[in-house]
Amino acid sequence: MSVLIYVELDNGSIKKTSLEAVAFGSKVAEKIGEKAVVLAIGHAASAELEKAGNYGASKVLHAADAKLTHENAMAYADVLVQAASQESSKVIILAKSGLGDALAARAAAKLKAGIVSGVTALPEIGDSFQVTRSIFTGKAFATTEIKSDIKILVVRKNAIEIDDSPVSTVQAEITAFTPPLRDEDFQASVSKVEKASSELSLTEAEIIVSGGRGMKGPENWQPLIDLAKALGAATGCSKPVSDLDWRPHHEHIGQTGIKVAPNLYIACGISGAIQHLAGVNGSKCIVVINKDPEAPFFKAADYGIIGDVFEILPKLTEAAKSLK
Amino acid sequence: MKILVCITNVPDTTAKITFTDNDTKLNKAGIPYIIGPYDDYALARGVELKEQTGGSLTVLHVGEADADPQIRKALAIGADDAIRINADPLDSYFTAFQIAQVAKPGTYDLILMGRESIDYNSGVVHGLVGEMLGIASYSPVMKLEITGSTATLSREIDGGKEVLQAPLPLVLGCQEPIAEWKIPNMRGIMTARTKPLQVLEPVALEELTTPQKYTLPTPKGACKMIPASEAGTLIRLLQTEAKVL
Ligand SMILES: Cc1cc2nc3c(=O)[nH]c(=O)nc-3n(C[C@H](O)[C@H](O)[C@H](O)COP(=O)(O)OP(=O)(O)OC[C@H]3O[C@@H](n4cnc5c(N)ncnc54)[C@H](O)[C@@H]3O)c2cc1C
Repeated sequence: MSVLIYVELDNGSIKKTSLEAVAFGSKVAEKIGEKAVVLAIGHAASAELEKAGNYGASKVLHAADAKLTHENAMAYADVLVQAASQESSKVIILAKSGLGDALAARAAAKLKAGIVSGVTALPEIGDSFQVTRSIFTGKAFATTEIKSDIKILVVRKNAIEIDDSPVSTVQAEITAFTPPLRDEDFQASVSKVEKASSELSLTEAEIIVSGGRGMKGPENWQPLIDLAKALGAATGCSKPVSDLDWRPHHEHIGQTGIKVAPNLYIACGISGAIQHLAGVNGSKCIVVINKDPEAPFFKAADYGIIGDVFEILPKLTEAAKSLK
Repeated sequence: MKILVCITNVPDTTAKITFTDNDTKLNKAGIPYIIGPYDDYALARGVELKEQTGGSLTVLHVGEADADPQIRKALAIGADDAIRINADPLDSYFTAFQIAQVAKPGTYDLILMGRESIDYNSGVVHGLVGEMLGIASYSPVMKLEITGSTATLSREIDGGKEVLQAPLPLVLGCQEPIAEWKIPNMRGIMTARTKPLQVLEPVALEELTTPQKYTLPTPKGACKMIPASEAGTLIRLLQTEAKVL
């Protein structure tokens, strides 16, 4: 028996949220006295996959068939289920993302497994198996008992603290995994992929600098981008900003956009409407810059500055540059 | 083309969430309910595609009778008929299973829904339904065109987007800017009253998960204000006090 953890690869590297999933899965494995096995699908070097050992995995299955290079939830779920069957996995852990949810869902339907997505803490395992997850876009939490024999958990960012350079405790053994693939999972043809390669992805970012309608227009974004650069941060925005096409849609944060959980979220000229807050309330620390002292965002903030963003942003950038 | 759009019935985005019965039930008192915002995008695109292709559109909801006003709204926006599975949709697997019973293979060419519900935010129902029906599922879809029996769609992937062609039938989780939300007009509201709404009992399924209790987040401490003239000191505080830099 085992706990199986799926790790998502990005250009050959294991994503940070997936390393968290490995640490999370290893803790669950420890609790139930099983071993933690990792499944990676796609291209990655062995040295990269060995990292999983540093977070507690004893074995890494690597499915690197060329047909699997392109993200494909149907085929990946099939591989995941075959891995789970080979390793007699009772618990399957994935990091929350579009792909993670799709894979978890398809695997759950194949295995008739109870699935809980958005898990925020390690499960309580005793007479029953209980997990807590975020609901109502962070406005509340729900504790759920999973009763099925096989259990699938999709874990939110920051559900567990991990060390950036952990000391290796386990030497992970890496094995090629080459299950049969089904033709019907490869019916789609991808005609275009656009990746904003230079940009940091919002869901993975540790720091986010975000702008609202208070930025007044797309031509005024440079000071915000400068601060983001100085901090090594990703940039985000409120819904009206992306609706107005001031910024691209994939930067839209909130209840109807991306939900983020960085260490630091800096909101510039965003009023703090409840739908925006819903997307950022997983952040560890929130800074709000707004000229209106009554802006609701201050109620959700850890630090606030009342003033004009265009005067304040350059000061912050200057201070951030002198940090190093 | 036969289109099925699945909608959720959820508290309005501005609703204050509280619980009753010893924190085991959502306190629905005084909360306005809406069609899930993502489902609303799916519905809007579904109506456009139905009009373009001269097909039909059925709206499906798994839930209790208090959702009927939202179902009528979907009919007013342009669905031809509606089905409600009369059950409290307590987990994703159960909900997907009920949808899959209605959408048995061969029944619909296109099954649309939101990328996630805004109450449970799981984002797994489209994948579950796809697998239960043995067909492909994609999410979040931001653009969708249908030519014959092929869909061309653009969807968000991590840090970008991709365009792909896939044969129907498909299950798709939708998000903006796939279409603009539609507001029902007077004629729509009038005709919606007489459009068929069929209520079916759920198909039995063993319980895979059981909700135990709900909790609210611990409230934030006070916000520390920094004078605008000393804005630069914030960076030092973030490093030494909040320890996030
Ligand atoms: C169903 C639904 C879903 C929604 N989903 C989302 C969502 O996912 N994400 C989201 O963001 N919104 C969402 N909204 C919209 C939300 O209700 C707000 O309208 C929106 O968040 C406001 O954006 P904003 O703060 O940028 O703009 P505004 O509310 O216009 O606020 C601008 C702020 O900038 C400040 N300001 C102006 N000039 C300056 C200056 N020079 N210096 C400093 N501050 C300045 C103002 O004081 C004000 O507080 C949703 C709404 C609905 C109905």
